[in-house]
Amino acid sequence: MSADFLYGIEVLINGLMAGVLYALVALGFVLIYKASGIFNYAQGVMALFGALTLTGIMSGQVPFAHLINATFGTHIHNFGWNVPALGAIALTLVVMVCFAWMVQKFVFRHLVGQEPIILFMATIGLAYFLEGMGDLMWGSDIKKLDVGLPQGGSRWVEDITAGLGGDDFYGFFIDKLDMVATLVAAILVISLVMFSQYTKQGRAMRAVADDHQAALSVGISLNYIWILVWSLAGLVALVAGIMWGAKSGVQFSLSLIALKALPVLMLGGFTSIPGAIVGGLIIGVGEKLFEYLIGAPFLGGATENWFAYVLALIFLVFRPQGLFGEKIIERV
Amino acid sequence: MMLENQTLAPSDGYVTADGRQIGGVMMDLRNITLRFGGVEAIKDISFDIREGEIRAIIGPNGAGKSSMLNVISGFYVPQEGEVWFNGAKRPPTKPYQVARQGIARTFQNIALFEGMSVLDNVMTGRLRQMSSGLFSQALWWGKAQTEEVENRAAVERIIDFLEIQSIRKTPVGRLPYGLKKRVELARALAAEPHLLLLDEPMAGMNVEEKEDMSRFILDVNDEFGTTIALIEHDMGVVMDLSDRVVVMDYGRKIGDGTPEEVRNNEAVIDAYLGVSHD
Amino acid sequence: MFYREAGDFKTSYVADSQTFPLKLDKVGFWVTMMVAWGVIPFVITDYWASALLVPFLIYAIAAIGLNILTGYCGQVSLGTGGFMAVGAYACYKLMTSFPDVNILIHILLSGGITAAVGTAFGLPSLRIKGFYLAVATLAAQFFLVWLFNKVSWFYNYSASGQINAPERLVAGFAVTGPASPAWAQYLVCLFFVTLCALIARNLTRGSVGRSWMAIRDMDIAAEIIGVNPLRAKLSAFAVSSFFVGIAGALFFAVYLGAVEVGEAFGIQKSFLVLFMIIIGGLGSIFGSFAGAAFLVLLPVALKIVGVDWLGWPTDLVAHFQLVIVGALIMFFLIKEPHGLAHIWGLAKEKLRRWPFPY
Repeated sequence: MSADFLYGIEVLINGLMAGVLYALVALGFVLIYKASGIFNYAQGVMALFGALTLTGIMSGQVPFAHLINATFGTHIHNFGWNVPALGAIALTLVVMVCFAWMVQKFVFRHLVGQEPIILFMATIGLAYFLEGMGDLMWGSDIKKLDVGLPQGGSRWVEDITAGLGGDDFYGFFIDKLDMVATLVAAILVISLVMFSQYTKQGRAMRAVADDHQAALSVGISLNYIWILVWSLAGLVALVAGIMWGAKSGVQFSLSLIALKALPVLMLGGFTSIPGAIVGGLIIGVGEKLFEYLIGAPFLGGATENWFAYVLALIFLVFRPQGLFGEKIIERV
Repeated sequence: MMLENQTLAPSDGYVTADGRQIGGVMMDLRNITLRFGGVEAIKDISFDIREGEIRAIIGPNGAGKSSMLNVISGFYVPQEGEVWFNGAKRPPTKPYQVARQGIARTFQNIALFEGMSVLDNVMTGRLRQMSSGLFSQALWWGKAQTEEVENRAAVERIIDFLEIQSIRKTPVGRLPYGLKKRVELARALAAEPHLLLLDEPMAGMNVEEKEDMSRFILDVNDEFGTTIALIEHDMGVVMDLSDRVVVMDYGRKIGDGTPEEVRNNEAVIDAYLGVSHD
Repeated sequence: MFYREAGDFKTSYVADSQTFPLKLDKVGFWVTMMVAWGVIPFVITDYWASALLVPFLIYAIAAIGLNILTGYCGQVSLGTGGFMAVGAYACYKLMTSFPDVNILIHILLSGGITAAVGTAFGLPSLRIKGFYLAVATLAAQFFLVWLFNKVSWFYNYSASGQINAPERLVAGFAVTGPASPAWAQYLVCLFFVTLCALIARNLTRGSVGRSWMAIRDMDIAAEIIGVNPLRAKLSAFAVSSFFVGIAGALFFAVYLGAVEVGEAFGIQKSFLVLFMIIIGGLGSIFGSFAGAAFLVLLPVALKIVGVDWLGWPTDLVAHFQLVIVGALIMFFLIKEPHGLAHIWGLAKEKLRRWPFPY
């Protein structure tokens, strides 16, 4: 096998692994959208906020330290303790659930029945709010997040695969963190699917997704379900935040993974869980391969910024309902 | 006075019980079949609508009546069959082009533009009479301005006719149901249509409102000579208003003729009217 | 007491459909115009121009543009930043390729080029609706920014990748370039704002505007009663992009002078303009001005309060700004979906009836 071909395979594998992460973020969107019709643009910022909170708690930072110091002229920064990773993750989850509750109580409860596009714009507002809040609480400097995940390229894979090509081929370079992330994302995706299919809450969630009125009339609390899905989305965001944060530090750009997930959703359809997964993989692989084969050699590179969108756009023009959506019959 | 439907030639007219002259065939639907996926909403239906008449389509819920109107207004394209309008076979036509040929309609669930005033809603009905271009309108120069005033005058006549002067500038979203229905009629009338399609114009109205609406429908037909096709559930209204009635059930036509003929049609009684056999 | 419509009868349809039906509104409008054209140019300082007035006017144009598309025609766009970039780069290429042509014509042409690009990106709107379309416009945003970054023809192969506005004169006075005086910059922007607002007003009161609103309120019904959806949507995209392109050209040539595309026309800009029309009022030209003024004033006001009075560091104030803007957006969508324009309308309604409200 030629080295070029093998490097192509390597790109493909890396694309698949990126795709799983996209799928994970996209799944956060789908969960909220199915249950409440809200297209949550703030999903990415939630990931950033989750990661920020986690690093803050782990290193014992004082929330709002910056603000307190500026107002009272004090110099507090740190409680002077460190919280172990697992404990910090648990605490962060509590924070995310509180956040879910507040979002429901103060924002979306008042917007029930509004047009989807109004809800969408409200989540853009939420994204700004949360981004500012995260910065106010924990500061906006880039932070390192180390929850003990393995880092660096895997020698093992490299050594095993080095024999496949000729002298020009040094084996597949695959990041260990990516491998762990893929594994975690896959587990999370599967457990979420199981949750929504086989548990009582999951059934209630699907009922709410189908028809609010009908769900209410059989005794399902909409408020409870909505808080539940926002919490789940918070969990998904936190996991995505940890993976991305461990890789490239916790900083503003982390929130941009939401922008990666949007075309995934357009491709897969906003309501389809398998759609989110398959769409994520297609876009992950597609953008890496496009960059490798066409973008970098012919177009000056950095095509990942727009490729996914243009692909989704072209796809939608021909199939407006997405990959797995049903054909739309319009009525008057 | 009324001829059997089958024996009337397409170009001939007839005279109704109240002495109105009805012309030749205006809209002719031939063997229309409409499917959604595997479901046949309309199965091989043919009927015609004649110049100047009031034609009713009745039938139980889900019989395919609204789908039929949607076929006439070009919103649904039937898989089989032909639509003949004014003596020519209509090629596949976009709904807005159908509207511009002079077919206006109202909707079962009111489809007004909620964010606009009554006046603006009715003015949208005049689109087929307005042709000034983007640039003329951008500068509000020449045709754009004169056209606006002329059409406004025409719209005011409709507003007078339907007695909705006092709510002209009110946003439609604030109006009660009955008035909305009337504004919708005004919007359809503003187009000065040759054929007016009314989808359950009296649904959800009380007796008094129904009487008002019936009067408007008769007046429209009488004063403007507009041909009207309507869907309605209130049998009393249908029998009083219409010249001829088509009865649909499960996507099939089970009866067609004068109200008198339809009322005595066995199949219609079984499927819909539900009068006991005695 | 003086703000009344009683006794102010209209005797023709022209008079009835004019822009300011009430006398006092008309007076108010002309006073504003006189101050804007006749007073401010003589008293304007560099600080006022660069911190408030020039950005306000430019954002007002962009907001009117987006409002036509989103507020009137109901097609949400998140590509405003990208389209502003088209205007800016078109203007730059025109300025450097045809240095002898008047800059005002270049700016108008930039609007025209942006209209063409906007129409092309509007084509999917015929098939894609709602936020599928909103997300699709992001494709325009990312693709255009990438394009202007990567294809060096657009920035004349300059090493920095930036574009710099050369000095251009109108009637002998510099309006672009570092030496242009504040009043000249202001007047150019004011000219285009006046033009755009007039065009927008005219378009939204005629049959074109009604087609847009019909599509916005109920697209299927609109098509059935005779609105050509292709024409309505594409014309909204074209007109909207025309305004946004002019705003982009002014933003680059008159206001900033030098532009790096990702920084000046990134997605944040798209959101900023969207926020302006949400806060100001969807489907209102007055609202576009109000929203632009509000979001231009807010950071300045916050800076004065936070940095100058309270002595906070600037980054802290910037974070507060995010929180406040985000909270305001949610607040307006919940409490006042029609924005400042509606509040203003309600206030006028009250005033009309004051002191006897019933």
